[in-house]
Amino acid sequence: MAQPYAKKDDDRDDEAEYSPFLGIEKGAVLQEARVFNDPQLDPRRCSQVITKLLYLLNQGETFTKVEATEVFFAVTKLFQSKDIGLRRMVYLIIKELSPSADEVIIVTSSLMKDMNSKTDMYRANAIRVLCRITDGTLLTQIERYLKQAIVDKNPVVASAALVSGIHLLQTNPEIVKRWSNEVQEAVQSRAALVQFHALALLHQIRQNDRLAVSKLVTSLTRGTVRSPLAQCLLIRYTSQVIRESGQNIQTGDRPFYDYLESCLRHKAEMVIFEAARAITNLSGVTSRELTPAITVLQLFLSSSKPVLRFAAVRTLNKVAMTHPMAVTNCNIDMESLISDQNRSIATLAITTLLKTGNESSVDRLMKQITNFMSDIADEFKIVVVEAIRSLCLKFPLKYRTLMNFLSNILREEGGFEYKKAIVDSIVILIRDIPDAKESGLFHLCEFIEDCEFTYLSSQILHFLGNEGPKTSDPSKYIRYIYNRVILENATVRANAVSTLAKFGAMVDSLKPRIFVLLRRCLFDSDDEVRDRATLYLNTLGGDGSVVETDKDVKNFLFGSLDVPLANLETSLKNYEPSEEPFDIDAVPKEVKSQPLAEKKAPGKKPAGLGAPPTGPTSTIDTYEKLLSSISEFSSFGQLFKSSVPVELTEAETEYAVNVVKHIYDGNVVFQFNCTNTIPEQLLENVTVIMDATEAEEFSEVTSKPLRSLPYDSAGQTFVVFEKPVGVPAVGKFSNMLKFIVKEVDPTTGEAEDDGVEDEYQLEDLEVVPADYILKVGVSNFRNAWESMGPDNERVDEYGLGVRESLAEAVNAVINILGLQPCEGTEVVPSNSRSHTCLLSGVFIGNVKVLVRLSFGIDGPKQVAMKLAVRSEDQAVSDAIHEIIASG
Amino acid sequence: MANFGTYQESCPSIKNILLLDSEGKRVAIKYYSDDWPTLNAKLAFEKSVFTKTQKTNARTEAEIAMLDNNIIVYKFVQDLHFFVTGGDDENELILSTVLQGFFDAVALLLRSNVDKREALENLDLILLCLDEIVDGGMVLETDAHVIAGKVASHSMDAGAPLSEQTISQALATAREHLTRSLLKAAGGFHVFAFHYGYRLFFAASRPTHTQQVIVCAGLWNSV
Repeated sequence: MAQPYAKKDDDRDDEAEYSPFLGIEKGAVLQEARVFNDPQLDPRRCSQVITKLLYLLNQGETFTKVEATEVFFAVTKLFQSKDIGLRRMVYLIIKELSPSADEVIIVTSSLMKDMNSKTDMYRANAIRVLCRITDGTLLTQIERYLKQAIVDKNPVVASAALVSGIHLLQTNPEIVKRWSNEVQEAVQSRAALVQFHALALLHQIRQNDRLAVSKLVTSLTRGTVRSPLAQCLLIRYTSQVIRESGQNIQTGDRPFYDYLESCLRHKAEMVIFEAARAITNLSGVTSRELTPAITVLQLFLSSSKPVLRFAAVRTLNKVAMTHPMAVTNCNIDMESLISDQNRSIATLAITTLLKTGNESSVDRLMKQITNFMSDIADEFKIVVVEAIRSLCLKFPLKYRTLMNFLSNILREEGGFEYKKAIVDSIVILIRDIPDAKESGLFHLCEFIEDCEFTYLSSQILHFLGNEGPKTSDPSKYIRYIYNRVILENATVRANAVSTLAKFGAMVDSLKPRIFVLLRRCLFDSDDEVRDRATLYLNTLGGDGSVVETDKDVKNFLFGSLDVPLANLETSLKNYEPSEEPFDIDAVPKEVKSQPLAEKKAPGKKPAGLGAPPTGPTSTIDTYEKLLSSISEFSSFGQLFKSSVPVELTEAETEYAVNVVKHIYDGNVVFQFNCTNTIPEQLLENVTVIMDATEAEEFSEVTSKPLRSLPYDSAGQTFVVFEKPVGVPAVGKFSNMLKFIVKEVDPTTGEAEDDGVEDEYQLEDLEVVPADYILKVGVSNFRNAWESMGPDNERVDEYGLGVRESLAEAVNAVINILGLQPCEGTEVVPSNSRSHTCLLSGVFIGNVKVLVRLSFGIDGPKQVAMKLAVRSEDQAVSDAIHEIIASG
Repeated sequence: MANFGTYQESCPSIKNILLLDSEGKRVAIKYYSDDWPTLNAKLAFEKSVFTKTQKTNARTEAEIAMLDNNIIVYKFVQDLHFFVTGGDDENELILSTVLQGFFDAVALLLRSNVDKREALENLDLILLCLDEIVDGGMVLETDAHVIAGKVASHSMDAGAPLSEQTISQALATAREHLTRSLLKAAGGFHVFAFHYGYRLFFAASRPTHTQQVIVCAGLWNSV
């Protein structure tokens, strides 16, 4: 049909680059668009011009407002033509031009006419165009036709209306929701895709009504679903219902699991895969439930289609993170995928194998990977390197093989990111596996001999300076380091000088030789290198006498900077050159910015392949970092638990304060996060006075005031209490925020010199038993329960009185205990009369606790509970019972 | 636009469909998501997709790759590169079904003469084809014959004589039925439909064989 456009004056010499749009220009095409206004329309020519316009838009050309409007008005004239092909192009260009509201009115009547035309094609397309460009007011006018269209017997028309409904739901939900009867009828349609679209729309209309979604799923899983796409959709909705309803403990069966499992035998691969993926994603999935899904995925692994192999290996890779044992059956198929043409598949296969492999297979695996590494891109190599690092930490005995592998790939070609990943891995292995230290350092030394990245050389030299002197034979590293001084650029030379000095300071026997080397550096061409050499020679006593390096010098060389760099930077900027030297002790040591994890915006997910899920550990990590940076707290030992922040002020008050309870074995640290919301005030010396009269077992040790809290910033002040070691002491504290207020001139931002002392009442704070319990889940509760044994079991029954519902009672008990619900048992199916809930956790003193709660509810909402506790310590079992008895 | 909440509660959605030439230049493209708000972002994405997949062999089976949290399935023929992109939570097989639908529909519309020049000369058909496959990220239709049928029926000349119109309609239906049965019988054979004036015959051939097996299925003469 559409023929080559006649070229105007080109002598087409049939070269390969010939294109019908060669030399096309926007201006010329806009001129051509005048044919739309001809009284005698030539449909073919008009189609061609529209195609050219679409081509321009497709190539990224944009029309100005005026141009677009002009074209749009010209196009509307084309509704006069009866040519179907032209009309179709008109629809397309109208959608692409996305006209403004006042322009839409021009075509509305034409489109509405088409919507009621006898030609199905007109109807379907007019609906789609009109819904795309329409706004709310117009929608009420055409609503009647749309409702009709949804139940139209032509599937194309029905689908067009339904899909448009899905888009309109985003902007005009209240209108679309009125169509649910028609949509419901369309769900029963015999046309495959109509059912798919209707199901999608119906679910979106009802997505906030759990019961309705559950009913929808129940009826459809029993009925017939015609298209694979609709089936996939139904699987997604089913897993949503499963997630929200929880598991039935009595039979151990999950509602709808049978349906998912039956989908594994569907004839469409799309559906099989969707079902397998849904099963692997079930929360607290058991290995029995996983098996059929893994089996079909395993079959996919040997498919001839790359897409299928990729889908299967990617899903298995995710499963391997949580259930490595379940995936081991696929290892043989997985190994053959290492040589897959598609590198994404090969990489996923390898990282999966690295996760599921056992100690004995490591050597074989490494051989296969070595061949594979040479021909994949850097980004994949990094994924592999990271997987190998975690494998090595898992099997420390295999460090030799893995370290050799890392050093081999370190010698090969590669970009910065890749090399950095390898170096980081080696550094981590050296840190965590003492046996690997010597060989690891040696590999790093070899690497810097021929390293093109200044950053990496510097990093390694620094690391060598810290670790090298502690090895059995430090002298062997000197050669590598001094080579840097001879061969490298200034930055690396300066670093090498520092590293040499560290060896000199730590190893007395090397001192004379180090001095010789450092003295040679005094003649370096670079200032920094000479300065460093001079400095170190003087501090180490390089005047010839060999003396013990004294403590101050060691501190100076190795001690970390105990002030935050940002603070140091501000202080240095504010320092005006004068007689008085800059005093580093005057730099404030508080960390200004709030380093809490909650501040982090929920950004993009970590890059695709094999990236581990970021767990809740990150919060505790930041706390740990924060606390360990404060010297007073370093003697408390390992941080057991940090609570979630508890608000101590109402929202929108002058000062916002929340508290985090950090539990140590014998201490509790209260971290008050304060925010000043008054622009005219600067707060200084902020502390919290805690009254512990209702907390007898606690005694205050110290507190750490916040030096200053300007407007709209957050800071922390700490109060430390001592408590009996290992005992879950509880109590209630009343709190008072105490500070000095200084008025701030809002125009200049300068604070007045003298302030007034003030107080601010905060809400009370309680230390509860749950603070001493860590939420730690177990994957198989029954096994854990059996292996714990009945020795320290305590069982008792409690009446919980009248409760609103069973679910409410279950939640209340879980919250009081602060344990981790297992296997999805925290969810109570609605209307059930009894429920069993499984909890697990770790009590202070690292005692594992397992709890089995059986609830029952009777007519007048009286709830009774049977509590069975097993733990490693009888006292802890008793303590759990006490929590309930007193709660 | 195509963002309907999180996976599992959401419909399968397509982020874009690209048809590029052997140098990575656009032949026809359609974006359904706001992930690439500007022209430059779009072009940068196309460039990275193209360079990443360029060296792979996606001529017999569709291939797949991951790029910046997106899954891309792709297939090449002659100097044309077909891509379909979805989010990284999307069911890969749904994406590849959409790709296959687009790919096969284009092959049907271009009468198996699938290359850049032919595609540009029939750009209107390609654009209509895109329009019939996905609407604002929602999958509209994945069956290549239905898609091609819809596009072909649009391109019918209203001004053509009645007899010719019935013939072309007959052609469309017959083509559809026959290709289906041939596909079943020959499994993996490429099916062509030629039509010259009022005569038509179908041919099935396997490209790897030099010798073409031609199955004459029917010969109609004008009324």
